Amino acid sequence: MKLTASLIYGLLTSILLVSAPHADHLPLWVSALCAVLLGWRAYLGYSGNPMPPYWLLLTITLGSVGGLLISFHTLFGREVGVTMLILLTTLKLLEMRAARDATVVIYLACFIIITNFFYSQSIPTALFMLATLLVIMATWVHLQTGTLALRPRLRIAAVLLLQAIPLMLVLFVLFPRVQGPLWGLPQDAYASSGLTDTMSPGSLSKLSLSDAVAFRVAFSGNPPLREQMYWRGPVLWDFDGQTWTPGIAASNRVAQLDSLSGPIDYTVTLEPHNKTWLFALEMPTRVSVPAGMTYDFQLRQKSPVNARLRYDVHTQLGYRANAGEEPFQLRRALLLPRGLNPRARQLATEWRTSGGGDEAVMRAALRNFSQQNFGYTLEPPPLPGFNAIDDFLFETRQGFCEHYASSFVFLMRAAGVPARVVTGYQGAEYNDLGNYYIVRQSDAHAWAEVWLQERGWVRVDPTAAIAPARVQSGLAAAVPDSAVLPFMARMQSPWLLKLRFNLDALANQWNQWVLGYNQERQFAFLTRLGMEAITWQKMALNMLAYVALLVGLFTLFMLRRLTVHNPDAVQALYLKFCRKLEKKGIVRAAHEGPQDFAARAMLIKPQHADAIRDITTRYVALRYSRQSDSGALPALRRAIAVFRL
Amino acid sequence: MLTTLKQKFRIWLFRPKIESGTVTLNQRRIFILPTRQGLGFAFVLLLMLLGDINYNLSLGYVLTFLLGTTGMMNMLHAFRNMAQLEIRAGRTDAVFAGDLAQFVFHFHNSGKLPRYHLNLQDGSGHSVTFDIPAQQNVEVRLPLPAAQRGWLGTGRLTLFNEFPLGLFHAWSYLEFDTHCLVYPKPAAPMPLPASSAQSGTGMLGVTGDEDFAGLRSYVTGDALPRIAWKVLAREQGLQVKQFSAQQGQELWLDWFLLPALAAERKLEILTRWVLDADVQGLHYGLRLPDIELPPGHSATHRAECLRALALFGLGDIETPTLSPSPSPASGRGERENPLSRLRERVARSAGRGQA
Repeated sequence: MKLTASLIYGLLTSILLVSAPHADHLPLWVSALCAVLLGWRAYLGYSGNPMPPYWLLLTITLGSVGGLLISFHTLFGREVGVTMLILLTTLKLLEMRAARDATVVIYLACFIIITNFFYSQSIPTALFMLATLLVIMATWVHLQTGTLALRPRLRIAAVLLLQAIPLMLVLFVLFPRVQGPLWGLPQDAYASSGLTDTMSPGSLSKLSLSDAVAFRVAFSGNPPLREQMYWRGPVLWDFDGQTWTPGIAASNRVAQLDSLSGPIDYTVTLEPHNKTWLFALEMPTRVSVPAGMTYDFQLRQKSPVNARLRYDVHTQLGYRANAGEEPFQLRRALLLPRGLNPRARQLATEWRTSGGGDEAVMRAALRNFSQQNFGYTLEPPPLPGFNAIDDFLFETRQGFCEHYASSFVFLMRAAGVPARVVTGYQGAEYNDLGNYYIVRQSDAHAWAEVWLQERGWVRVDPTAAIAPARVQSGLAAAVPDSAVLPFMARMQSPWLLKLRFNLDALANQWNQWVLGYNQERQFAFLTRLGMEAITWQKMALNMLAYVALLVGLFTLFMLRRLTVHNPDAVQALYLKFCRKLEKKGIVRAAHEGPQDFAARAMLIKPQHADAIRDITTRYVALRYSRQSDSGALPALRRAIAVFRL
Repeated sequence: MLTTLKQKFRIWLFRPKIESGTVTLNQRRIFILPTRQGLGFAFVLLLMLLGDINYNLSLGYVLTFLLGTTGMMNMLHAFRNMAQLEIRAGRTDAVFAGDLAQFVFHFHNSGKLPRYHLNLQDGSGHSVTFDIPAQQNVEVRLPLPAAQRGWLGTGRLTLFNEFPLGLFHAWSYLEFDTHCLVYPKPAAPMPLPASSAQSGTGMLGVTGDEDFAGLRSYVTGDALPRIAWKVLAREQGLQVKQFSAQQGQELWLDWFLLPALAAERKLEILTRWVLDADVQGLHYGLRLPDIELPPGHSATHRAECLRALALFGLGDIETPTLSPSPSPASGRGERENPLSRLRERVARSAGRGQA
């Protein structure tokens, strides 16, 4: 097969389509270089100029590998691997000399599609994949058939894909799933998003700009109030003046919960965030996946969550946590960096000396926030100095939840009340179409916990003191209208809201059933379909059986129109007449014309001579004479229908 | 032992048989195996599947299964692209040794599906590629070099296709009893024999030049001076002037009058003379050791003479032999076909009976 210009254009389009989704995470120079190379190849195809010499291609290849080394500082890993694959495939187009090379390019294009799934597996991505496959298949058919025009090629490609879809569904449902990974993955194998286990000014407000879904929740009973929805994440103990960190967990003490009330059950579907912690309402007591509860009430898995994870949780909304906390933990909850923020320390000491115990100090701090004209904003003025807490409390007074949580815990510690920062999400958005709640990254929140005698660790949300709306109705209600907010977090017109809930419900189903289809889901689904005692052998046998069945059906369907013997209506009627005679032993010989046959038949069956003559005359007239009488054919049909021997 | 078993298996599987009439390709006749590209594609899919498992890519599974089942369905498409085709061998015109014999095959596609990119190939790689539109007849010409005089067979032909993606190779073996008569290669132009032993009337060629009898269309081998250039200049095609020879004056083209030369060389010279004598409008006869064709002058006579020359010493002249003895002069296709040897062996053992 010769590499014609139109075939080259097909290959170029295929490569363009498979690499386009990568454009936003490829280094800019790689995208530019690929565009130039594709353009160059298109020009060569158009002008018919000779291909570039090998030394030039080798130089470009070595140069770009060097560029990758500079951009990524390594040649191993997922990102650099994908980038290299795209670059080399594009270069291969310039070195394509035979049909075999074109086949290699097509295989590489299929492979590049799969690398795109590292970044996105959404419904639009799947639809785009189908469109890309159609182009690739059409090009592939072109490679095999040469001169075929575009339209039949596209038709053949579409038929191929459409036929493959039902078979693919069978394989998808029944192919025995293995829980990956099979081998160690590079560090950057999974994208991480969402909360981290540190908090500094600006870290949460940056997260609040993201619409991305953190997790979805379906309650089995009545959902709790919105202001009770504190989804507990990392707990932060250590402060260096700027950043809060978890510190070193130095306790083997089991978390202690008593006086429980307000039980609630729900299922969380957590988006992969590549961290070990799971989110649950405060305080969780049971969880359906293997996860441990740390001494500060965090749910943690052994390995990072790098696939969508579903788990059931049982939570008690009323609790008393670690009322008998270990003294060294309480001492840890009082540590502060030396010499920083003197004014805040002084303020705290004043509250302490004014008497009234820990709870009075706490109330004084909250009153301070609500009465001193503090503002809640997504764009707080920067706090670059060493005494950031002082600057915030006495100068700028504009901050986001991390500022309030941070300075509140600082004040508490300075006043001698054990306190710590808790990060997580607050609130949720109800999707009545799917009857579940969505928690987005924009719901990220930070609050505080103080330890009180007899009561244990108590949640205090200083943000609620400044902007109660944040806790009761969400971020959009709490910040001024002019603030930059993610599109999704804004109140919108009802139909837009409805559309958005529809889309999210669809995405949720997609996540649950397509992307989250793992071993566990597969077993559950097949059990629901009625399969018992599932083993992978059984699944494999079923898979083969169904594939064979479908292929059999396709075969019947496809081989249907290979031979067509449709004698015209007149002929069909005459043959029917002949069959009637044949039953009585009067068989028309191959050499016999209708007239001869009729003459012979009339001799054998003289009592039917009139009918035979009549039918034969009509047939001959219809078949051999030019005149066309619209009534002649029905007349013949009637004559043959009533013909009885 | 193993070889015998293999051969028996091949005979059972491929059922070598020379066919006449119309052949319809059914499932018994079509074989399918993956191509090298197909195996490569399977390897790529395996890599993809490993990636899907390792990285838990659900959409990756979708893509892999989609490509995999597309590949699998290619088998059916390749089969369907050939199935139910009706093929019969057409008439093949005689050629001179050294020319290309154009074997004609008629393909009939009675179905509503167009058939794409079919290949007809002989044992030594001469092939022709063609499409067959829906419900149509296509005449396919397979040019094969005619190296030696005699009957040229096609040998076992392979009809194959790798439509639509080149992942599967579907093929069928065809062996028709179609043969092309190959005349000996005419020797370089040389004068006709001056006299004939039996007539002794001297050179007749000169008299044959005298009376202009008309024009006929050009046939390969006609002498250049005989071409009617004026007619050609009037754009009425390539015509040759014909002259009538006088009755009773006969030219014998006699094997025995030729000097001691190799038999093939003699045949070549005689072929040249037959062509020249025919062009010059002479009455000529041909005498070979085993046959004598009385003098005459007509297209039929020319064909008979050439046929006698082509088949001289090759055994049965009237019908092309279905399985000729493995003499060096038999059709080259037959010589290269191991199955025909097998067939003979089977036939012989059958003849001996199951003793």
